[in-house]
Amino acid sequence: MAWFAAPREVGERLREVDYLADEGIVTSVFLAGALGKPLLVEGPAGVGKTQLAKAVAVASGAELVRLQCYEGLDEARALYEWNYKKQLLRIQAEDDAWDDIFSEEFLLERPLLKAIRSDAPTVLLIDEIDKADVEVEGLLLEILSDYQVTIPELGTITAVRRPYVVLTSNATRELSEALKRRCLYLHLGYPTPERERDIVLAQVPGLAGNLAEQLARTVATLRSLELKKSPSIAETIDWGHTLLALGRAELTGDTITETLGVVLKHHSDQARAVKELGLS
Amino acid sequence: MIGRHVGFVAALREAGMPVSLAEGLDAANALMVIDLMDRETLREAYAATLVKRPMHRAGFDVLFDLWFPAVTSGEGPEDQAERAEYDADTPVEDLRSVLQGLLMGNADDPAFREFVRDMVERFGRVEAGPGRQSWFSYSVLRALSPDTLIARMLNQMLSERGGLPEKLARQQISSNIRKFEEAVASEVRRRIAEESGIERIARSAVRPPVDRLDFLRVTKAELAQLRREVYPLARRLASRLTYKHRRGHQGRLDFRRTVRASLSTGGVPLTTHLRPKRPHKPELVILCDASDSVSSFSQFTLLLTFALREQFTKVRAFAFVDTVDEITKYFAPGTDVLDAITQMTNEADITRFGRTNYGNVFTRFSERYGDAVGPKTSLLILGDARSNYQPPALDTLKRLASQARHAYWLNPEPRAQWDTGDSVATGYGAVVPMYECRNITQLAAFIESTDVGG
Ligand SMILES: Nc1ncnc2c1ncn2[C@@H]1O[C@H](COP(=O)(O)OP(=O)(O)OP(=O)(O)O)[C@@H](O)[C@H]1O
Ligand SMILES: [Mg+2]
Repeated sequence: MAWFAAPREVGERLREVDYLADEGIVTSVFLAGALGKPLLVEGPAGVGKTQLAKAVAVASGAELVRLQCYEGLDEARALYEWNYKKQLLRIQAEDDAWDDIFSEEFLLERPLLKAIRSDAPTVLLIDEIDKADVEVEGLLLEILSDYQVTIPELGTITAVRRPYVVLTSNATRELSEALKRRCLYLHLGYPTPERERDIVLAQVPGLAGNLAEQLARTVATLRSLELKKSPSIAETIDWGHTLLALGRAELTGDTITETLGVVLKHHSDQARAVKELGLS
Repeated sequence: MIGRHVGFVAALREAGMPVSLAEGLDAANALMVIDLMDRETLREAYAATLVKRPMHRAGFDVLFDLWFPAVTSGEGPEDQAERAEYDADTPVEDLRSVLQGLLMGNADDPAFREFVRDMVERFGRVEAGPGRQSWFSYSVLRALSPDTLIARMLNQMLSERGGLPEKLARQQISSNIRKFEEAVASEVRRRIAEESGIERIARSAVRPPVDRLDFLRVTKAELAQLRREVYPLARRLASRLTYKHRRGHQGRLDFRRTVRASLSTGGVPLTTHLRPKRPHKPELVILCDASDSVSSFSQFTLLLTFALREQFTKVRAFAFVDTVDEITKYFAPGTDVLDAITQMTNEADITRFGRTNYGNVFTRFSERYGDAVGPKTSLLILGDARSNYQPPALDTLKRLASQARHAYWLNPEPRAQWDTGDSVATGYGAVVPMYECRNITQLAAFIESTDVGG
């Protein structure tokens, strides 16, 4: 399946589902589809990495299969597992069930296997891969190189239709070179104030254009301070919702002071912002 | 196109970006499916296939602009006249007004780039030696002096000065001025490349990426970048410190064996719950050289210390020049790192005569804080091992190291300079294993190679 015809089309279709992309995003999303390579999206929290995968799925009418990574994630949770309770019950019921218990009926399909076996267009989102242990990368490397899985009892299963694979990472640790080489790479950083204004307008219906503009500029200024945790797009959006709910038409110094907690979560960051922006 | 592609990839490699063969092929494949006439798509296609670390992106862009320069619009004098804002004889003051208008707008405006091109044409050509001309940024920036336009712009943008609106306006203006300066530099490189060949300029145009930057030679701006690199490394070091322990005592349930085993016992036990043990809290004692000879290094180590403090409760940090003081309290989690460093510099008692004296530091440390180092402690020393020819107190250090569970020394000097002059690198290295740690890459390698928690 051809996922997208051209980068420009990616931009249009993502916009239809309210995801505003820039040149870097549309080109890499297009290439991942056209070259059939996984797309590794790396960047700070809340800049739209997960949302991008979801938007690609919706925009291309594909099913989204998500593997959420965490410390301790293993093959049994990522790929497949035998339903051993069911197997035991079967063995207790029938003495000579040994041959039957490693069959489809007892297989618990996990996201990776599901995405490989699916014959409908599928976007496989492997979310926050940096949270998983390094061994998981080895597993992914195997699967992403030939899109097949070998289950000793059942044989080798090869993808009928390659899923569109998106991996995301917050870069809390360096991923292995081997995995990076296999993927196309997209660094998602903070957007330009212009794009962020448009994102806020798309995500917070009813917010006035000039307020969105002020928000975007203020957030850009906050990000230029040396903060422990810079505000993300998600927080700009939250800020927009807050101002709308409070019915504010202007982002004055007082309004900022009052609502700063929405965008800055650390006390020391708030103190720094108050100082640097000359608020009180 | 093929020749250009090959040359470009080679230049990236030469600038320190690790482009594998397979990635080169990916890029070539990408070229087959995109519109080569769309320059920004071309740029992003190369970036997606070849640049896998954000810190390499700036150097990549410089080289891309050299290998794939934007096609000049090729407009003749009539077009210029049509634009009518300025021409080759416009007085500088009027040009500054044009610049002012552009800086208050959007830097992505094509007029912005046109203007940069014209200004480099007009002011960038300078006598570089007898009978030799070349292109320079400074002459363009000096002629137009964008910084001196800031006050005018603020007056024009704001009805009254001060407060938040001024902050925001300043932010926008200075970001546009930076873009202007970058655009001028890039255009100057393009001109030089046009006249004397791309390869020549490419070699000098790219700063080493952050992970190769020498800790002893970082600029202030780069330090901020380094800081962003340090946090994940500190986290990584933190998890290395806890890693072994947890692994050793936890096993995954093997379903197949459980099934088999249960056959002989009539199907019991059905379930086994294995809970991970609580990770042990590692103890870390950091001793860092804060003297001027290593000032950017120590800035960096303080950042590392700070980041580690956020990961562990049981970290104690000490700084020294010729005497040593505990600095843990300045780095309490939740404090602002820059404030902490400033406060520490003002308050901590680490200097007597101002010249580093490792021997005295170890002796004082052992007297005052010796009990900080116990059988569960990892001891991390950060410094250049240059002791101004003072007695090294090797025995004291040896005793401290043997008290600890592990001891490591990170030295920011190139190995080739160890033992020259007043360096006691080998002497100390015999007591505490010493690692060359000049940049992020080496720090990361150190973290991966050491079995800190084992
Ligand atoms: N380009 C964009 N267009 C529209 N909405 C966006 C865009 N980027 C981010 N958002 C919005 O920002 C919010 C945060 O995005 P998301 O959860 O995808 O971030 P993330 O990068 O995955 O963060 P984390 O690392 O914390 O998981 C979402 O509500 C999303 O709708
Ligand atoms: Mg996410």
